[in-house]
Amino acid sequence: MTLLDVTPAPAPTAPRPGRVHRVRPFLPLVALVVLAILPYSTISLPGIFEGPVNSPGTLQLLAICLIFGGLAAGYDLLFGRTGMLSFGHALYFAAGVYGTDVLITRAGLPLWQAALLTVTGGTILAALLGAVALRTVGIAFAMVTLAFAQVGAILVARDFGGLTGGEEGLPLDVSGLPAGLVGVTNTVNLYWLALAYLTLVVFVVHRVSGSPTGRVLAGLRDDERRIGVLGLDPYRYKLVAFTLAGGLASAGGVVYVLIVGGASPHITSSELTLSLLVMVVLGGPGTRWGPVLGGVLYMYLDHRLTAFGTSDAVDNLPAVLSRPLSQPLFVLGTVFILAVYFFPGGLTSLAPRLSHLTRSLRPRP
Amino acid sequence: MGTVILLALTGLGLAALYFLVASGLSLVFGLADVLNFAHGLFLGVGAYGTWWAAGNLPGAGPDGFGFVFAVAFGVAAGTLVAILVELVLIRPLYSRTIEQVLVTVGLSLAGVALLQATWGADARPFPRPDWTRQVTGILGAQVPNGGLLLIIAAVLVLGAILAFLRWTRYGLVIRAGVENREMVTALGIDVRKAFTLVFAIGGAAAALAGALGGVYFGTVSPGQGGSLLIFAFIVVVIGGMGSVVGSAYAAVVVGLVQQFVNYYGTSGLGDICVVGLLAVVLLLRPQGIAGKVATA
Repeated sequence: MTLLDVTPAPAPTAPRPGRVHRVRPFLPLVALVVLAILPYSTISLPGIFEGPVNSPGTLQLLAICLIFGGLAAGYDLLFGRTGMLSFGHALYFAAGVYGTDVLITRAGLPLWQAALLTVTGGTILAALLGAVALRTVGIAFAMVTLAFAQVGAILVARDFGGLTGGEEGLPLDVSGLPAGLVGVTNTVNLYWLALAYLTLVVFVVHRVSGSPTGRVLAGLRDDERRIGVLGLDPYRYKLVAFTLAGGLASAGGVVYVLIVGGASPHITSSELTLSLLVMVVLGGPGTRWGPVLGGVLYMYLDHRLTAFGTSDAVDNLPAVLSRPLSQPLFVLGTVFILAVYFFPGGLTSLAPRLSHLTRSLRPRP
Repeated sequence: MGTVILLALTGLGLAALYFLVASGLSLVFGLADVLNFAHGLFLGVGAYGTWWAAGNLPGAGPDGFGFVFAVAFGVAAGTLVAILVELVLIRPLYSRTIEQVLVTVGLSLAGVALLQATWGADARPFPRPDWTRQVTGILGAQVPNGGLLLIIAAVLVLGAILAFLRWTRYGLVIRAGVENREMVTALGIDVRKAFTLVFAIGGAAAALAGALGGVYFGTVSPGQGGSLLIFAFIVVVIGGMGSVVGSAYAAVVVGLVQQFVNYYGTSGLGDICVVGLLAVVLLLRPQGIAGKVATA
């Protein structure tokens, strides 16, 4: 009995000869270049962003979206590619955020030392906790990782030793940071940093899943017992994936704390881990770009729905409608449930489905 | 001596709360393999249902028989929501476990947001009967009556569930289904009815936990279910998945450890000790206290 029958990614459609097919491998590169030069544009997209694209507010929102795109891609290494349902991934992200913040603000370390120590610490933490949690499989594993993440939330909220600032959070002390990363006018540098993080995660995840190790991980997802029969140790491979994903998440936390300028306790909540799962499933688990798209879209919607919920258009609706719509999580949760029913492969499964639809609608010769 | 007895009895009150939530989770997990994240929502519905009934329903109130009526209304509301969730959301995804878990995750996010949208994010004072605010002297300790009420309720629920599982036909189906669902299905027994039943029982127990937890804490808030749910998960894992008796043992251990360490150590240390206990149990006995040794 396998508890984690993750829906396999939809089979890639047969390569079609033609111009689109020849350009396709370069599309990610094109997207990267477009994203990199985006801050130079002054286009306003009313309704999509509040100000012009190069305004600090929009750039910060975009940077947060990119971070979560990267986080979701890292989480997919566990969920979509290895079939491990971890509910504690937010812990390693929070370790990155709070680790950097505490080391800079309380210990006064320079940024590079704090970042290095934090990522190392986050990776070791993931290895230790993973070693215990991986003694269970399936749903029990999910519960155990959730319990570990809860300890992080308690530690942060109870403010042991006055390190984390408790409920108020801990604003980042910017006096020791490099000048290029401080201030509203330098948001563009943070945006590029976020883009670099996303690129790094995507690169690592794709390299790992393309390697022999990645094939073992995919084998674990499909049938763990068969990997054991082949003479490979499932535990060891799962621990490697868990540690790597934890390290990537803590690196994301380092960039996030710079962008937001502080740590707040809500990033330790179990809600954030559940959100990561929602992002991956919305985008398409185990697919090349799905988790990134899901992460970016989820964070964008989460921010914009708050603005949408307090807008006049929603306020003028009857209370029965306007109250639930003012809660971003209600909208996102509902969208997620509908997605599980109607788009099991996530956003990335829409393209083949739509092409199937247009083909069947086309007049027959 | 008085302090120890007081701590033990309040710890047992907490354990009763955990058991009420965990018993349903454990049964649902054992039979359907679904980790039900929406279980906290059933608790919230029970709490808010009781709170609403005490204020608005004719005949119900914060005192005497009216309070019993209000709690009955809250439990009925929680049970109804649980049955609806099973019929509308879980059943169409029959035996697609991971999707079922995902749906309950979405439901837990949306449901708590809906409670928050309707009644606000702030905690509301809970209408508790006067006698639950008072204390009873037991062996020199002044024990709050709200906690005693929880302990009695949990013992009754444990007895009822065990009797149901042992002596009724559906109890037999559920017990057999927890052991080996494929075999029960192969015998031509409709396990789906048992699914609905298990969800209803779990929803009722969780809603009761919500109503009595409101009495215990004195307030009701949308996020209450979620924070209790995590400790209920821990109780289920320590107790052994699918075992109601194991959940009862584990709930007692977790409740007592939490209460004593939080009192004699720093506040919050008890919660961490509970997770430490979980790690130790997993290292020594991955299948939990009452769990069977995994064959795979």
